Amino acid sequence: MAEQQTQTTDTGPRPILPFLKLTPKPHLTGLKCGNCGAIYAEAKRLACSKCGASGQFQPVDLSDKGKLWVFSVVHQSFPGIKTPYVTAVIDLPEGVSVRSNLVDVDPDEMEKNPQKFFGIPVELTTAVVAKDREGHDVVAFQWRPRKN
Amino acid sequence: MRNVYVLGTGMIKFGRYPEKTVPELGAEAALEAIEDAGINIKDIEMFASGNLYQSNAMIGQRILQQIGQTGIPVINVANACATGSTAFREAYMAVGSGMYDVAMAVGVEQMGKQGLLGGGGGGSDPAYATEGRIGSGLMPAVFGQAGMEHMRKYGTKLEHFAKISVKSHKHATKNPYSQYRNEVTLEDVMNARMVAYPNTLYMCCPTGDGAACAILVSEDKLKQLAGGRKRAKVAASVLTSDPYTERDLTLPDVSTLTRRAAKKAYEMAGVGPGDVSLTELHDCFATAELVHYENLGLCGDGEAGKFIDEGGGVHPNLGGKRPVNVSGGLLSKGHPLGATGVANICEVVWHLTEDGRAKERQVPNAKVGMAHVIGLGSACTIHILTV
Repeated sequence: MAEQQTQTTDTGPRPILPFLKLTPKPHLTGLKCGNCGAIYAEAKRLACSKCGASGQFQPVDLSDKGKLWVFSVVHQSFPGIKTPYVTAVIDLPEGVSVRSNLVDVDPDEMEKNPQKFFGIPVELTTAVVAKDREGHDVVAFQWRPRKN
Repeated sequence: MRNVYVLGTGMIKFGRYPEKTVPELGAEAALEAIEDAGINIKDIEMFASGNLYQSNAMIGQRILQQIGQTGIPVINVANACATGSTAFREAYMAVGSGMYDVAMAVGVEQMGKQGLLGGGGGGSDPAYATEGRIGSGLMPAVFGQAGMEHMRKYGTKLEHFAKISVKSHKHATKNPYSQYRNEVTLEDVMNARMVAYPNTLYMCCPTGDGAACAILVSEDKLKQLAGGRKRAKVAASVLTSDPYTERDLTLPDVSTLTRRAAKKAYEMAGVGPGDVSLTELHDCFATAELVHYENLGLCGDGEAGKFIDEGGGVHPNLGGKRPVNVSGGLLSKGHPLGATGVANICEVVWHLTEDGRAKERQVPNAKVGMAHVIGLGSACTIHILTV
């Protein structure tokens, strides 16, 4: 979607998940454990699942660039979801992974030559995927191959 | 823990039974196991009932309402696909601890023609549903990616996954309890409709209905009740959950908890992977079976492709070695979630006791059998049985 400068107001767009922030530009946020440094792509957490320490989390911004770990091409999904599409696990430089759709790729080519796509650099993008009951656009984050 | 033995087993053919209730399906398997054990419902002192989709509906008690309300303690167990095997483990611990001498475990499920499992999000407003918008949480894609990790690390080909499906379908032709008993060729599997790459339709297990039961007893009771019949010992019973690993919260890691469970189980049973005569492992998808060959130590890391190419996992009667899922596996036998874990153990027991119920698929000279289940979320059970 075109980059929106609109603030999230009563009529503005809303993120599909709480760790996606839409302003000042769309980005992902995470929580970093103050004890062991583990990072979670989540907006709230009580304790660290890696070391068990509680109440020591710092909010951090996550990179909008990452690398593709693995993917699958989904051909059968729920009603209303256009197939085929690519689901992918993206490794971020902060040491956390996130899952989302990989767009601007040819699913057919990814099936024919999967080895070519492991590890490719990707960047964050967003798309309006629905309108909620209160009329807000619902914005999802996605990934696309990095141009340079 | 004391020694624990499987005195009786029962299982219904996996399939679709819309005219029956979940307690009825469970009761059928229980009655068969009680008869096989040669005991009476009044002999059973404790009952663990595994069922997932009606886990709030007191299925265990309702099974007893069908076959005998003796007032014994009943626990209802839910642990995703490991539901049945977790119920079996509860019964094992009840006898092994010395608290009871005779315990019963039932696994039962009615799924009908339920389609894709997993996915979700969104809460009360479907506009916030994440499936297909923030990637896929559906099982074919999740397990597809577990296979893709292997492909990425070791150059595994689509053909390797497809060969597993061909093998398990061939095995299923010899199992009258199997939901599907048709053979498929490599071309059939490779050209079948893609569900989620690399899993084509024939690399995905079907949904359905089923039930299985095992009666577990102490050594003293075995001596009283077995009447000289060969019975299998539960040599290891292990349950693990997913430990923290790098990507587990993003892409469920089915390998680490399986490896931990396998290590513990081999230690507990005092055997190694080379001693195992047959394995029933959790092939919800062909991709899962391939990674579990390595996770269970049936071959070395990175060698699953070679293992398959050299006849690994194939029934010895078909010229293979280290047979895996001679029942047809979840891919053919079916995967009624709560029933699966007990059914796997029944299959292993039939081969070990050579009581004729393994029929044509009997693995010759079977002494050690392993049953492995993964419930995504995650729970892993491994049972090793010996004679």
